[in-house]
Amino acid sequence: MLDHLPVLQVVVPLFGAFLAALTRRPLPAWIVATGVSVLVFAISIGLLQQVLASGPISYEIGGWDPEIGIEYRVDIVNAFILVLVSGIALFIAPFARASVAAEVPEDRIAWFYSMYMLALAGLLGVAITGDAFNAFVFLEISSLSSYALVAMGKHRRAQMAAYQYLVIGTIGASFYVIGVGLIYAMTGTLNFGLIAERLANVESIAPIVAALSFIMVGIGLKLALFPLHVWLPNAYAYAPSMASVFLAATATKVAIYLFVRFLFSIFGAGFVFADLPVTEILTVLSVAAVFGAGAVAVFQPDIKRLFAYSSVAQVGYITLGIGLATQTSLTGGLVHVVNHGLIKGALFMAIGALVFRAQAFNFEEMAGIGRKMPLTAAAIAVAGLSLIGIPGTVGFVAKWYLIVASVEIGWWWLAAVIVASSLLTVIYVGRVVEAAWFRTPSREVAEATEAPVDMLIPIWILVAATIYFGIDTQLTVGVAEQAAASLLAGLR
Amino acid sequence: MGVIDELVANYNRWIIVFLMVAGLYIVIARGNMVKKVVGLSLFQTSVYLLFLAPAKILGGTPPILHPDFTVYAQPLPHALILTAIVVGVATVALGLALVVRINEAYGTIEEDEIFAKDDDD
Repeated sequence: MLDHLPVLQVVVPLFGAFLAALTRRPLPAWIVATGVSVLVFAISIGLLQQVLASGPISYEIGGWDPEIGIEYRVDIVNAFILVLVSGIALFIAPFARASVAAEVPEDRIAWFYSMYMLALAGLLGVAITGDAFNAFVFLEISSLSSYALVAMGKHRRAQMAAYQYLVIGTIGASFYVIGVGLIYAMTGTLNFGLIAERLANVESIAPIVAALSFIMVGIGLKLALFPLHVWLPNAYAYAPSMASVFLAATATKVAIYLFVRFLFSIFGAGFVFADLPVTEILTVLSVAAVFGAGAVAVFQPDIKRLFAYSSVAQVGYITLGIGLATQTSLTGGLVHVVNHGLIKGALFMAIGALVFRAQAFNFEEMAGIGRKMPLTAAAIAVAGLSLIGIPGTVGFVAKWYLIVASVEIGWWWLAAVIVASSLLTVIYVGRVVEAAWFRTPSREVAEATEAPVDMLIPIWILVAATIYFGIDTQLTVGVAEQAAASLLAGLR
Repeated sequence: MGVIDELVANYNRWIIVFLMVAGLYIVIARGNMVKKVVGLSLFQTSVYLLFLAPAKILGGTPPILHPDFTVYAQPLPHALILTAIVVGVATVALGLALVVRINEAYGTIEEDEIFAKDDDD
């Protein structure tokens, strides 16, 4: 049984999706989703422990040799991502019941959970697979179900957002497959490890550079790398709250994992960062993201859109850490992956609670919410502090590593950029806090009561986690350091 | 080798590139949302061809073991693209389903008209 954990990680949610679709009724579907979340989290913890104890796990699907079959390969990097994704799924489950019941028509709730579990299976599959084409299939499983989740939003703009997400997401996936096709033509294999081995002695470098470019743009579209982020704000803003939480906290993180896997493990840091100007490209785009998207976030009237633009800016910090490609910067980038997953999970859940109790989407509607829903509004404030990077929160840890990394390579201006861009975060978080606590309650808010306990508990567990990991950095930074070291060393 | 010879020798690649660019152009340039989905489908089809073209080995037979034949076409890309076609069909189906829902909600499938309607409310 324990030997089969890698494949169970994907099979359990896939089977759960089927089961939820069969139940057709809201409550049984929710019970299936909760059961699946608990199981996948337990499996991912089991995998992380196995990896920490005895090194990378290789699992051959159906017993086929990696040369012709599909290999699932779990090392410290993806074990870390699997725990993050399934952990977020675990905390979403209690939040989801009331929120989904309020926002999705009753006859579609079972289908909604079914789609959600397909998306979960797809994301876990991308994170666990060691096969480039299998990664594409899982990427599309998760993307197609995400489009459906976004389209379930109440407003008609949700369907428009889902359509745009579909068009851009499909172009991204196709770019990725073109890159994989070029690699396959040059190396004759789709296995990550074998590609990495054979890329060293290919006859001509031009197709490999082309493959790298296609894959970077393709995955860049999926992870909302500035300026390829245009699908993200509307998709997050108009999706049902529960789908926003799930997508914001996990979808871009898994794409970032795949990005990192290709740049470091497959193409190799030496080829990508020393021979090609990828550091320069990623630095320029990341700086544009933290300032551009951060500045746009400041002027958003809708709170979900505000934090959606903030996601684009925060992804900029992560790609900055990836682009500098040093041990310190990569550690910072990876810590920020977890960090941003936790913070955005908490923030979008808290906004989901505001929508559930007060139908509050924009600043006028949510004015004075702090008086009526103090615990929810306080959660937004604390998660916002972590987003800014106040010492004592996990957001500080990531930014500290990024600043140290830029000073180490002598780029003082970059350290200044990181600090200056955090001021933008202060402004948009400040706007939310000001509206929540320092204005007289609006008509919508006047009737509101505190969010139900099954929403408050997951919100505050995530908020507490951002504080806990900010003080006890051993777990996140320890694992991220090991992951960064193994990435820089290459796959085999 | 002249330009013409180059074109003729690699004609399949030129077809792939043409389909790829044409598909992408339709997605970007057209405002009609059904046409965009068609462009997307064309773009995906070019990717199928990109995988399949190198899999054909000159003089090779279909990949079925038989003592009389020794040269076989590479079967893996066909298996891969069968999967990719399924993904492509699902994408087009979902895209068109969304267009139907958008048409019901907005009464049009022209992108600029939809944006104009959204700006009004």
